Amino acid sequence: MLRLANIARRVDSHNALQDISLELKRGELNILLGPTLSGKTSLMRVMAGLDRPDSGELTFDGESVIGVPVQRRELAMVYQQFINYPSLSVYENIASPLRVAGLDKQEIEARVAQAAQLLKLEPYLNRKPANLSGGQQQRVALARALVKRASLVLLDEPLANLDYKLREELRAELPVLFAELGAVLVYATTEPSEALVLGGKTACLNRGRVEQFGPTLDLYRDPDTLMAARLFSDPPLNSLALSRGNGGLRFAGAEQALPAAVTAELVNALPADEVESTLTLAVRGHHLRLGSDVAHASEPSARESLIEIRGTVDVTEITGSESFVHFTFMGQPWVALLDGIHAFPGGAAITLYARPHDCFLFNTQTGKRVRKLSGGE
Amino acid sequence: MASIHLKNLGHRYAASDAGSDNPYALNPLDQVWEDGGAYALLGPSGCGKTTLLNIISGLLRPSEGRVLFDGEDVTDLSTERRNIAQVFQFPVVYDTLTVAENLAFPLRNRGMESTTIEARVAETLTMLGLEGRANERARSLNADDKQKISLGRGLVRTDVRAILFDEPLTVIDPHLKWQLRTELKKIHERFSHTMIYVTHDQTEALTFADKVVVMNAGSILQVGTPEQLFDRPRHTFVGTFIGSPGMNVLRCTFDGEAAVVDGVKLPLDEATITAAHARGLATSGVSLEVGVRPESLLVVGAGVNTDDDPHCVRVDVLGVEDLGRHSLVRLRLGNQLLCALHPEGAAIPEAAALRFDPARTLLYANSLLVEANG
Repeated sequence: MLRLANIARRVDSHNALQDISLELKRGELNILLGPTLSGKTSLMRVMAGLDRPDSGELTFDGESVIGVPVQRRELAMVYQQFINYPSLSVYENIASPLRVAGLDKQEIEARVAQAAQLLKLEPYLNRKPANLSGGQQQRVALARALVKRASLVLLDEPLANLDYKLREELRAELPVLFAELGAVLVYATTEPSEALVLGGKTACLNRGRVEQFGPTLDLYRDPDTLMAARLFSDPPLNSLALSRGNGGLRFAGAEQALPAAVTAELVNALPADEVESTLTLAVRGHHLRLGSDVAHASEPSARESLIEIRGTVDVTEITGSESFVHFTFMGQPWVALLDGIHAFPGGAAITLYARPHDCFLFNTQTGKRVRKLSGGE
Repeated sequence: MASIHLKNLGHRYAASDAGSDNPYALNPLDQVWEDGGAYALLGPSGCGKTTLLNIISGLLRPSEGRVLFDGEDVTDLSTERRNIAQVFQFPVVYDTLTVAENLAFPLRNRGMESTTIEARVAETLTMLGLEGRANERARSLNADDKQKISLGRGLVRTDVRAILFDEPLTVIDPHLKWQLRTELKKIHERFSHTMIYVTHDQTEALTFADKVVVMNAGSILQVGTPEQLFDRPRHTFVGTFIGSPGMNVLRCTFDGEAAVVDGVKLPLDEATITAAHARGLATSGVSLEVGVRPESLLVVGAGVNTDDDPHCVRVDVLGVEDLGRHSLVRLRLGNQLLCALHPEGAAIPEAAALRFDPARTLLYANSLLVEANG
């Protein structure tokens, strides 16, 4: 197990990493999810021992590894920019760490053959990397990481430079490949969809801090903070402050209060100490639906249990099977992800519905999620 | 703005490709890009999309054929003389100039009046959300903002004949990508520039373009609206490349009324059956495949009597992956693998049948869609 306790590191007088505590187990896939400059690479460099933290503890299987040189760690790293030895054949590229480690010829052959088979590189073993496609070159870099049988494997956006379809294929294979190693596996990505496909556990990073760490699907479905929910939303999360008055909740600035049943459902979900808090409501784009897609939405009684969102369309993007409708709601940019083709023109009025239990409530001041802990989602 | 006609165009690189089977980097084609259209060129790396873009921009002279802008032959004109704007994957900005000066640069070059320049620069700054930063030096900006300036420099002139984008958002952060993509879309709706946008990212291509040009191995396989590419891909490559996951493609035979996959009959619609008969596919021995999108398949409980419902067939459920918005259900039909998308929260039966929609079950002969006018 790789254990980080209160790791902090300053770079050029700003906090690259702050108070990071994580326990990463062997045989598990751990994802670092966050935007560019959120600290993913800085954190990996500390894990690898390439950079020394200013404070905090870093232990592997119980022993401190701070100050242990990279060469003495059982470590493999793969970067976004695939790095291979251009003058060596694919075979020699994969074999190189084993030769350095002084393994015998038979063992090297066996391990290279196994990695080449797993990564479908068998036909190319005698070629030079320059004669391979980008995807194949990255497979070579991955194979080299694989044969080392390192106890810590760090993959820093390893698929970011690859074609979309190749990425789809490789990321389906990667967790399987590395799960069998029994190593601590860390995978950095900027894309929520990639984290969801990979599964495992995710740490959401923002400005050098871990917002939340846990099983990937739990983070997605049950974020603890508004920031974690934002980091884990693609298209971007929709949110708006709520205000109270006359016994009801309403969107800040709205004339009309939310229906009584909706207010009751939202308020019932609040823990006692948050009943008076200022709240922000957030909802993902695919949880917004057109009236025609909500069962019985045309009936007044059904509509009483839904949150109505009336906005003005900004622009619609159509992917062929889905539509991203960007619209303005109470002065905020919102986006709905609808199944099917819906070509709303710019400037059109649009009415969408959200079910209260698909929405998240956050304390506006602290950014923390407000919910009763029992009963779940 | 201009229409662009690629007339009997093809390209082979001189000596370097001499050893390969196909000497063409770009196979001969004849293609018209309409005035004011937003086109995306989509395909895997090495498919020829950048070669094609470089021929349109004049960075590359085609080894055969002509390039016409509004009927005028520009094949021998340099990039500068074609009057186009270009945006590349990596930022092209002058570090020592301010943000506003960077945007003004292409306008000054054309000798425009300073009041017009100021107005256009102000408008472009607003468009990109950089209003407050006009007087900052470009060198102080981060990579994302620099790429915004590059986009701005491509968009600042209104008198260009076309704007060409080469992977402009590839190195941009996902959240900013959304913002810039929708800005581009709005700019196109407003000014109707002829835009050509090269990308390997299908979401970018499909959301940006009125028409997407799908390329593979040096050839254009289909030009269509996102909906056409999704609903009726004309080549199995288009079906699998577009969509995430892509279309299921299963080897089959045609028995005169249905596609048969490992002994299991899958229903086809009347138009497909008629077209298949017209081409004698029941007896021709041509390689046949059936294509069906994961979104078009409905996983139902095994309780359905498949004898009563000819659109339902039994399948084995191999696994379920929860992807948040959907579950991906991995299935086996006969000896072949396929997948279906299942909505969030819906239970997936352990023993299952799969309901096919004949209108969305497509037949392919030698990888090409079997259709009435095919």
